[in-house]
Amino acid sequence: MTADFDDMPRVIERPTWSPRETSEGAQELSLRDATDSDELGREVGAVLRLEDGKVLDPSQIDFDRPDDETMIINMGPQHPSTHGVLRLMLELEGEVVLRTKPIIGYLHTGMEKTGEELTYVQGATNVTRMDYMSPFHTETVFSMATEALLGIEIPDRATWIRTLMLELNRLSSHLLWMATNGMDLGSTSMMIYGFREREMVMSFFEKTTGLRFNNNFVRPGGVAADLPDGWEDDVAVICDTVLARTFEYDDLLTGQPIFRERTEGVGGLTAEEALALSVTGPLLRSTGVPWDLRRSMPYLAYGELDFDVIVGTYGDNFDRYALRLAEIRESIRMLRQIIEKMPSGDYRIQDPKVTPPPRGRIDASMEALIHHFKIFTEGFKVPEGEVYAAIESPRGELGCYLVSDGSSKPFRMHIRGPSFVNLQVLPLLLRGGLLSDAVACISSVDPVMGEVDR
Amino acid sequence: MTDIALGALAGLPTTTGAGVDQIAFPDRARYVPTIAGLREAGFEMVADLCCVDYLGHPGRTLPDGVAPERFEVVVNLLSLSAKRRVRVRVQVPEADAVVDSLFSLYPGTEAMEREAFDMFGVRFTGHPDLTRILMPEEWEGHPLRKDYGTGRVPIQFKEAPGPR
Repeated sequence: MTADFDDMPRVIERPTWSPRETSEGAQELSLRDATDSDELGREVGAVLRLEDGKVLDPSQIDFDRPDDETMIINMGPQHPSTHGVLRLMLELEGEVVLRTKPIIGYLHTGMEKTGEELTYVQGATNVTRMDYMSPFHTETVFSMATEALLGIEIPDRATWIRTLMLELNRLSSHLLWMATNGMDLGSTSMMIYGFREREMVMSFFEKTTGLRFNNNFVRPGGVAADLPDGWEDDVAVICDTVLARTFEYDDLLTGQPIFRERTEGVGGLTAEEALALSVTGPLLRSTGVPWDLRRSMPYLAYGELDFDVIVGTYGDNFDRYALRLAEIRESIRMLRQIIEKMPSGDYRIQDPKVTPPPRGRIDASMEALIHHFKIFTEGFKVPEGEVYAAIESPRGELGCYLVSDGSSKPFRMHIRGPSFVNLQVLPLLLRGGLLSDAVACISSVDPVMGEVDR
Repeated sequence: MTDIALGALAGLPTTTGAGVDQIAFPDRARYVPTIAGLREAGFEMVADLCCVDYLGHPGRTLPDGVAPERFEVVVNLLSLSAKRRVRVRVQVPEADAVVDSLFSLYPGTEAMEREAFDMFGVRFTGHPDLTRILMPEEWEGHPLRKDYGTGRVPIQFKEAPGPR
């Protein structure tokens, strides 16, 4: 036994510069004199190689600044305002943030690898755990990609049920964001109110799908169950209550001088920067770009709904707050139309190869029993091919790239998480701001770490 | 839907697919020039960049003139002004798993390329900080490769007889 130990390298090789050690080991944000100019330029925010250097002139970077004037601190991963396990290395001069480096991967569980081991029937159970604040969106994009490979059209009612659940989910996700954003800025009452309203949506999810989170309700071929009796009344009550309470939020936050002081002009972002960094969702819209996949590339029933795409002007934290508040109201507007327009019919496709037969038929029909057995043991086979499907999640473009080899399991399943991509904007948002505003900026990006790390 | 000139794809093997206008297959030498041409044409954003390991795939459908290789880097481009999507698939051989980075064209690919490197070991020349992003730095191997074993945790049932 001891001989084996002797052969093992005892010291992990370190780079030649000596990093500062913390309890977590060497810090990833290295000293200025150990960082080359390219990387330093990227970390201080000159990420964008735009034509005319609109963001930051590289000559403005103070490469010669001695390291003893600044301080490198570690924020997270276990920090209440990092929304999960996001770790930030910050270089500070006094209270001003000079450089930022987000470090992720603490929640990485290899869900894309797991997805290759599960059949398409089981796949929705896996992907729903990625973005745990909007599980329906991830399920839907996975199901849409699978259906595109299968070449099937789902029934009208299934489309509308999906749209209903997606909009309710957007409502609950934005409400939770209002709550946590309020808490990050010191408004504890907003925290309580946001969770209170979200609870109504959660109760409806529980009633419809049996679960509050990770619902596994949207599946390839349709949805798992029909809506419960009286769903119209439940949704109408949610709409009325939440809409009335958004005006209370206005009183509590929108017009509140301290809140405005802390959010207006903080964390500014321009449209060029957002586009170059592939930022989507509320962050992109807050810069004034009217890009919303629900409107620009309609999917499900969004083409038949009347709604506005909300855009901001300045791209600061206040714009992002106001935009999400307005999106809550737009979602409510859409939900009311969905109640009116919900068609009747099947809630899943009547294709025995994709949809398991109802329980009653299994006792009566041998064929139904075989189909049931096949679907739940082997799954259905999907033709060889590859497809990219994208929808608008509360955080931005949520994409799913599926490669099939003709078997019943995806050969490759890649989820384009909007939080993962949007996190790249943090060094830019935080640069030159105060440390206390860093918390507000992280919150305004609305990262869900489950989706970032997958 | 506004029309957009896809001249950058001239001479390349292409196919079409669901939800996308064109799927182009440039070789590695024409990869960055093709993307640069598409950027000129009005594709403002790289929506997604990922990698696929085709080891053990029974055979994918490729247009004539494209020699299949083990890895494939897949770039999904998005034009906001024209509301169109284009996909670019580059074949990357296993022996020399290197492609040029898109960082200088689209800085937003920074994290995506790091993820592709971390999970597949495909290197991107010109990337400013090609390090692991999701796995720990000292991790060995690239988990999403098909020949990377998933492993398993042995289960010991409570009442099961012990090993004899």
